[in-house]
Amino acid sequence: MRHGFRLYRHYIAINIRSAMQYKSSFFLTMLGQLLSTVSTLFGVVFMFQRFPVVKGFTLNDVILCCGIVQMQFSLSEMWARGFDSFAQIVRKGEYDRVLLRPRNEILQVFGAKFELSRIGRLIQGILMLAYGIVRIRIRWDFMKILTLFNMIFGGTALFTGLCIVRAGLCFFTLEGLEFMNIFTDGAREHGKYPLNIYGEKFLLFCTVAIPYALVQYYPLIYILGQRDGCGYPFLPLLSLWFLIPSLALFRFGVRHYQSSGS
Amino acid sequence: MKKYLSFFRLRLQMGMQYRAAAFAGMATQFFWGFMLIFAYHAFYESNPSAFPMEFSALVSYIWLQQAFLALFITWRFDNDILAMISDGGLAYELARPVSLYRMWFAKNLAMRLSEAALRFAPVLLVAILLPKPWGLSLPKSPLHFLLFLITMVLGLLLTIAFLMIVYGLTTRMLTSYGIRIFLSSVMEFLSGQVIPLPFFPDRIRTVLEFLPSAGMQNVPLRIYSGDLTGEAMIRAILLQLVWLSVFAAAGKLLLKSAEKRAVLQGG
Repeated sequence: MRHGFRLYRHYIAINIRSAMQYKSSFFLTMLGQLLSTVSTLFGVVFMFQRFPVVKGFTLNDVILCCGIVQMQFSLSEMWARGFDSFAQIVRKGEYDRVLLRPRNEILQVFGAKFELSRIGRLIQGILMLAYGIVRIRIRWDFMKILTLFNMIFGGTALFTGLCIVRAGLCFFTLEGLEFMNIFTDGAREHGKYPLNIYGEKFLLFCTVAIPYALVQYYPLIYILGQRDGCGYPFLPLLSLWFLIPSLALFRFGVRHYQSSGS
Repeated sequence: MKKYLSFFRLRLQMGMQYRAAAFAGMATQFFWGFMLIFAYHAFYESNPSAFPMEFSALVSYIWLQQAFLALFITWRFDNDILAMISDGGLAYELARPVSLYRMWFAKNLAMRLSEAALRFAPVLLVAILLPKPWGLSLPKSPLHFLLFLITMVLGLLLTIAFLMIVYGLTTRMLTSYGIRIFLSSVMEFLSGQVIPLPFFPDRIRTVLEFLPSAGMQNVPLRIYSGDLTGEAMIRAILLQLVWLSVFAAAGKLLLKSAEKRAVLQGG
């Protein structure tokens, strides 16, 4: 375990060093992400100028929510990026090399790519979260702070799980599965609004099927003080169950892996 | 003219090969459309009188936007052309006895039409069958439908004329990614891709309606449902024509000078 951790740290260090060789490309990627967030944010601000309160949420609430989702997504993107370009690894037969090494294969894939440029999106998320915290009068106590941390932790785990599912499916299709973007990029884009905005049925789906609501809507209303109950801070941790079928699917895929490429 | 037509045909045939990608794109566009409509519905319910369009007009706007996304998206460049500019392949293009502008214009037009052709019909078909208020309504009148088609062509041409200016700028720079992403993001936002123009604050909106970006998707998608009609509609169409000629002239000028003193890269 300790050895694995050291190995992972080593992988990260290599990745960061290689990213820093191409500084301008690094900063331009960050610029691109910044622009897309800015236009999303402007869109939200303009909408709330017309409609100050929607389903009990104000602009500041939405900015807070948006910041948290951005953080969840970018953290998972940063460290699970190896799973993202997984189709290529499988198609080129590079997975053979992973299997040959006497180390945990999942750890190796995680370490294969650490996308430092996503730090731009992370910073944007932190800024939005900070803005929300300053502007909304939340009575912070230990439980609420714990809820916030659990949200970020649980959300990162959920997005990571989705990346693993996508990678696992690659073993069968050998292709990048673009429709899976709906569940990752789509969740980031549409997760800017608290999920009950999209209707009750959708909220139910996001609670039971893919537990987005457990890391977004429910803990959010607890932090904002709309709901009270000692269970809310721990709801985000419940979303961790999603990792079990994700990892199982990946393992199942590995057993089906037939080396391709040359 | 014939040679540009064959560039167009070749690129069109190439684009029609990517059916799997089109399928994935369609799934994404369905999902996107539904999520946007659900979100706008929540805004609508919170205060129907503050909603700046008819709800059915907005729903039509979104479905048409999703169906014809490939035509109007401002950040979709022809990667072959970009690669050519950065690796020096531009030299071969310049050696051809054709106008760079017309050739690239024809290629971009074909690329967008092929992508849209593979996607739009299923999206529209399902959208029109959806129950009220979630489905695509019929056009306001036959005249509006006709004008929708005409302005859609104009909007597409204007979008490509914008891209041509960006290609022109790209030929003069070593690293162009930054300026490209900046211009297309700004254009995208101002064209009504993130939120339709009627949702902008009124003062900003009056300015925006005069900008070239308003002539891209905003005009056809709003004419369809009758949200844009009467004098405002005529003004918008005239502005489309004016901006199209301005952009075309600017793009031609840029590429003309590129033909004279292009910096060829690569080796």
